[in-house]
Amino acid sequence: MYDIEKLYLAKSVPDAIAALTADPDAVIISGGSDVLIKIREGKLAGCSLVSIHGIRELNGVFMEEDGTILIRPATSFSHVTYHPIIQKYIPVLGDAVDQVGGPQIRNIGTIGGNVCNGATSADSASTLFALNAQLELRGPDGSRRVEIADFYKGPGRTDRAHNELLVAIRVRKKDYEGFGGHYIKYAQRNAMDIATLGCAVNVKLNPAKDAIEDMRLAFGVAAPTPIRCHKAEALANGQKISQSLFDEVGKTAVTEVSPRTSWRASKEFRLQLVEELSKRALKQAIINAGGAVNA
Amino acid sequence: MGIGKSINRVDAVEKVTGGAQYTDDFSVPNCLVAKVVRSTIANGWVKSFDLSEAEKVPGVVKIVTCFDTPDIQFPTPGHPWSVEPAHQDVSDRKLLNRRVRIYGDDIAAVIAEDEVAAARAARLMKVEYEEYPVYITPEQAMAEGAVAIHEENPDNVLKHSAFHIGDVDFDQAIAGEDVRIVEGEYQTQTVQHCHIEVPVSYAYMEKGRVVVVSSTQIPHIVRRVIGQANGIPWGKVRVIKPYIGGGFGNKQEVLYEPLNAFLTMQVGGRPVKLELSREETLSCTRVRHAIDLKVKTAVRPDGRLVARQVIAVSNQGGYASHGHAIVANAINNFRHTYHDEKSLQADAYTVYTNIASGGAMRGYGIPQAAYAMESHMDDIARAIGMDPIELREKNCMQQGYVDPMSGITCYSSGLLECIRKGKEYIHWEEKRKAYQDQTGPVRRGVGMALFSYKTGVYPISLETSSARLILNQDGSAQLHMGATEIGQGADTVFIQMAAETIGFREENIHIVSTQDTDVAPFDTGAYASRQTYVSGMAIKKTAELFKSKILDYANYMLKIPADQMDIRDGNIVNKESGEQLLTMEKLAMEAFYSLDYSVHITAETTNHCKDNTFSFGVCFAEVEVDIPVGKVKVLDIINVHDSGTLINPRLAEAQVHGGMSMGLGYALGEQLLFDDKGRPLNNNLLDYKLPTSMDTPELHADFVQPTDSSGPYGNKALGEPPAISPAPAIRNAVLNATGVAVNSIPMNPQKLVEQFQAAGLI
Repeated sequence: MYDIEKLYLAKSVPDAIAALTADPDAVIISGGSDVLIKIREGKLAGCSLVSIHGIRELNGVFMEEDGTILIRPATSFSHVTYHPIIQKYIPVLGDAVDQVGGPQIRNIGTIGGNVCNGATSADSASTLFALNAQLELRGPDGSRRVEIADFYKGPGRTDRAHNELLVAIRVRKKDYEGFGGHYIKYAQRNAMDIATLGCAVNVKLNPAKDAIEDMRLAFGVAAPTPIRCHKAEALANGQKISQSLFDEVGKTAVTEVSPRTSWRASKEFRLQLVEELSKRALKQAIINAGGAVNA
Repeated sequence: MGIGKSINRVDAVEKVTGGAQYTDDFSVPNCLVAKVVRSTIANGWVKSFDLSEAEKVPGVVKIVTCFDTPDIQFPTPGHPWSVEPAHQDVSDRKLLNRRVRIYGDDIAAVIAEDEVAAARAARLMKVEYEEYPVYITPEQAMAEGAVAIHEENPDNVLKHSAFHIGDVDFDQAIAGEDVRIVEGEYQTQTVQHCHIEVPVSYAYMEKGRVVVVSSTQIPHIVRRVIGQANGIPWGKVRVIKPYIGGGFGNKQEVLYEPLNAFLTMQVGGRPVKLELSREETLSCTRVRHAIDLKVKTAVRPDGRLVARQVIAVSNQGGYASHGHAIVANAINNFRHTYHDEKSLQADAYTVYTNIASGGAMRGYGIPQAAYAMESHMDDIARAIGMDPIELREKNCMQQGYVDPMSGITCYSSGLLECIRKGKEYIHWEEKRKAYQDQTGPVRRGVGMALFSYKTGVYPISLETSSARLILNQDGSAQLHMGATEIGQGADTVFIQMAAETIGFREENIHIVSTQDTDVAPFDTGAYASRQTYVSGMAIKKTAELFKSKILDYANYMLKIPADQMDIRDGNIVNKESGEQLLTMEKLAMEAFYSLDYSVHITAETTNHCKDNTFSFGVCFAEVEVDIPVGKVKVLDIINVHDSGTLINPRLAEAQVHGGMSMGLGYALGEQLLFDDKGRPLNNNLLDYKLPTSMDTPELHADFVQPTDSSGPYGNKALGEPPAISPAPAIRNAVLNATGVAVNSIPMNPQKLVEQFQAAGLI
């Protein structure tokens, strides 16, 4: 039995925005896989909910005319994973969100909820960072677009205002065309777990497939928000694929992250993972981009 | 007919179709719900409550606090009662406690119309405390000046015990000897049972008596403790146990039934349901004790153990529960499993702290002992350059062994055959050779561990069991047991045993799965891997009596001497020729309705078991260690068991799979953590790393089946043993792969990375 004081089932995006504007304490619920847990724990007990579940305009994956891939936020993880557009153009994102929790959670949890929680451990986050995703937020005064790197403000905090809804996640053609990607979720268990570290690499190779043209390296749980490792990226770009390059990327990435020690994992352990996983993710991303890795 | 066949579970169809009813499935009209209010400190006193806000919450019926409950201390472990006060369990808690000993201690309870009202009221209760320092480890609790957690134990040591085998001590034993000394300290962690069904009960009053329906392994013991805790006559208490969703020892404990009985009495007998959350279950019921074991061994170059010293310190947590019995069992296992030429000295301490209370959990101290003992055996083997199996074979218990302290006899041992089968399965020789001198970040290894385990609790505690058989008109029978089905398949094997002895087909024996203490025969319940052995004896004795009564009636009907007849496939036959003489239906109808000589054929006996025997087994594991990220992948794993004759091989295999799964979690991931204030950090199934199916390799089980002369059907313990040896086998496989001896569990990734870094592998 859940302690929910009020529940409003919004009929449309403007309706949801109006309901949120009218109730400054209301909490948005979509799939419910995070909100219901917080209600059960007592953190949100007695809360007022505005449900955006079932609003059709928030659902689905589309290709826009300029080749931008548009993911509506209430699309469930499993629908993201199995959507033909995702599978064809950004399979790395489908793989990443296929590592959330277990099958039941992936069937109800949504990619937009994953992003809007503001959690550094979100399985979609590091891959969306590596894809330079752009978010569209809509409020009473209309829409605005914000780059994902500017959206995360701190643990559990985002750029979304109380009465704004995330209405779209976009990945532009220049950020996926010709790229290969790989996401490693490092957790203690192989399912039903939260990432100790998430590492995403998106890489574009030269035509000869022996050098890196454009590499993006992103981490979750390596800092209070998901982050990119721009120094490691800069040193990799234009370089031939080699073991020493991998080693250098790993060593540089360690200098760009700021994981903390908690009872879940120590800073030192996470740093070891940052170094090791950046190498492993980069190697696999190169293979996925059509390149070869010796070793 | 009978034993040794893999018949389907008698409750299989009901369970998979949802027909089987568990405690929470019974809908009780007008039922209230109760929520336990828990302390937010781990050590201290409740000074006062302010209930003014909480009482205003709509739907709240009554709030009772630790100032309202009877001033009676009672014991909670599911042991048979001892009529000798010196052997009674420690009585160290009350229904609700003013003296707070753990974070989340039971200090009050809210009774409300629904869960939301109860939770809201609980949140609004204000509590004033007097706080003491918090002790997480035995070391802290034993330090000079530490506050007594229980006034009866001023030094916080619940108990210290010791034994010594041999005429000389360790130093005398090694004087002038060519021996190598090997020492190790092995640490085990706090884990929890994680049974699927959380503890749940509902209680109501009927004709001036209290009825409690509960998910328990031990209904007759629950009845006794409800009476003791509430100060009411035991006959005024009725406990009903429906199907239960696992217990693993946590429900061999009287958890919240006495409080629930008290609560219904507070609301005029209206039904009250008390169901714990998973979070409460993890940190406020019982856990497996974290035990540290220091082991020192003197060994000859040829591998013969000359002398050993063991010191075990067990973290009891806030309340005694099963208390010292568990670590005492652990050190006894050193004496049983391996034999020293000259001397074995063992000391055990059980120390109160302010973490969750340790209680019974599958294996009862032996998983901790085996982790230390079997890790240590591999360390010894490395030290003297010997194959670890050869070292074990040279020193392990042999058939005919009699424990000099308890008199427990090893009537049968298939241990060496278990080892042989395990070696062959895992390709021990080839792989130990192949995995020498590996380099690189990913390495493989094989390891093994063995165990010995007692069957039941004789002679430490009473072992008694009763069974009842009743003939039906159609020639079938009802079997009533006091022993409990807790998911392990007891009902099925009980039927097989009865069928074997009477000569009935299994489908013609109907078991009453529910124990209702008003009508069920007396048996202390499911624990100590005792039921197929101890309760099996009661079945055999009852079935023999039942059979003789049937044959007596056949003699009345047929005028053939009873000893010339037998029962086969449920019918009366000529013992010699097998010719059918009379159907059971015809006999039963006559017995029920004869105008000349009617008799209701029933049998009920009690068997007082005064014996015990050892079961054995091994685990062999092959692992792949990904050194830079600290991950262990179990590539292959097998348990081979000697549990004597198997009553139902497929159920036995299922039992082994479940135990291996527990062992894998114990080895690699599970650990209940507390901060320095005693607050549980990970009392939920996201952060407590119980392995999922995705983390579990294919589990292999095999058996050897010597007939044990003491077992009713040649059988001995199987319930708990499968959980014992996987953890040390995996530890030894990691040692084989990496050369790093990890001396604490769980071997989780961070710990492994730290140890691999220290060893220079990263």
